[in-house]
Amino acid sequence: MKLTLKIWRQKDRNDKGGIETYPIDNVSEHMSFLEMMDVLNEQLVSEGKEPVAFDHDCREGICGMCSMQINGEAHGPDRGVTTCQLHMRKFKDGDTIYIEPFRAKGFPIIKDLVVDRSAFDRIQHAGGFVSVNTSGNTQDANAIPIPKTDADNAFDAATCIGCGACVASCKNASAMLFVSAKVSQFALLPQGKVEAKRRVLNMVEQMDKEGFGNCTNTGACEVECPKGISLENIARMNREYLKASIFSE
Amino acid sequence: MSKSGILKSSIARKVAMALSAFFLMIFLLQHFAINSISLFSASAFNEVSHFMGTNFFIQFIMQPILIFAVVFHFIMGFILEARNMKARSVKYVKNNGNANSTWMSRNMLYSGLVILAFLGLHFYDFWIPEIMHKYVHVLPEDPTRYFGELQHKFVDPVRVGLYCVSFVLLALHLLHGFNSAFQSVGANNKYTRGLKKFGTAYAILIPLGFIVIAIFHHLNHC
Repeated sequence: MKLTLKIWRQKDRNDKGGIETYPIDNVSEHMSFLEMMDVLNEQLVSEGKEPVAFDHDCREGICGMCSMQINGEAHGPDRGVTTCQLHMRKFKDGDTIYIEPFRAKGFPIIKDLVVDRSAFDRIQHAGGFVSVNTSGNTQDANAIPIPKTDADNAFDAATCIGCGACVASCKNASAMLFVSAKVSQFALLPQGKVEAKRRVLNMVEQMDKEGFGNCTNTGACEVECPKGISLENIARMNREYLKASIFSE
Repeated sequence: MSKSGILKSSIARKVAMALSAFFLMIFLLQHFAINSISLFSASAFNEVSHFMGTNFFIQFIMQPILIFAVVFHFIMGFILEARNMKARSVKYVKNNGNANSTWMSRNMLYSGLVILAFLGLHFYDFWIPEIMHKYVHVLPEDPTRYFGELQHKFVDPVRVGLYCVSFVLLALHLLHGFNSAFQSVGANNKYTRGLKKFGTAYAILIPLGFIVIAIFHHLNHC
């Protein structure tokens, strides 16, 4: 395939940045999108140009590192996949592909397509954990009876890899799907109930501090999420938040 | 967290927005129910309108609450929109919103602005003359005047056209807003699928009904 890539280039956080055009030839439909980017970078290096900086790690859809807005969609036009799982067969010969970084005030650009998603880490630190006494007498988690549906829903929420596609897709750059998944995975389980009130209040407070927008329920996050995290989690977080706000001291 | 902190949070703002939306949707339903009486009986319409226009509870308790809800809904809508715009100061060069969300959900601000402009016209047509009649000129109450005033407003085809366009935008606003309000207060459960169908029916039938009323009176005015 012969493609025209229009890629956002930005030297550093303070640079204005802009779109640059790169023609690329001999792209196999069997390549992953990141392999195509590797080929482009080899081409740029051989021409003595600066390669395009982009995030990647496991290339198996697990780590959540790859973060590209491809033709106006987070992780590209395929559903339920990360950028590393996107294959070039999803494009046609002669296509022009726009590649941009995830854009949000909470995700400042570091370079080219690499964004700083440490805001998610700070939200997690604010309450996305369960405090366990590791004295050696800890009760085996499997000994606690949990309804199957709760366990399944908690597990589904826990599959969030924190890639930030929800923020990138949302017209308001809202992080509600991510935060709600992290709240839900604990709120549904008995181990998480002890700190439930403090968790949701602190995580939402941190989310707001990071400058993410308000959720307006467009549902774009759910559609673009590579792990299929459901909007039900946002509703659950809203309930948890209201409950915690009304009944907390 | 302090109570003032709760009021500042993004979720609290959304819940407040949803609660005002619930009130406005209930108001819209009763407004439609009363207006639809005008299709069948001038005297019944006059009777109900007279009751609504003179009842103390409606005039001095529900009407101020309604005005507060309308103003609150619009101001909070603008505040949320302004904050959301700040959350992504640099826009995407290419954005494919149609791939993952509806036009209605992405353009609530614009449909809301059209509804706001319509409310200005609607207040100019009905509410301000009513206030002038009752509290400025202090004219004697005529319980038979309402149907005639209603028909008189729909003589002008341009006004009927403006009303119809506004109701189409109202339908688009409600097509997203109805279910969004439920999601904002945390109602997403086994009833959601049915509620979505009901919401779609509400969002289409109520504005359509208002359009029918406007056109009916335009075609049947004395």
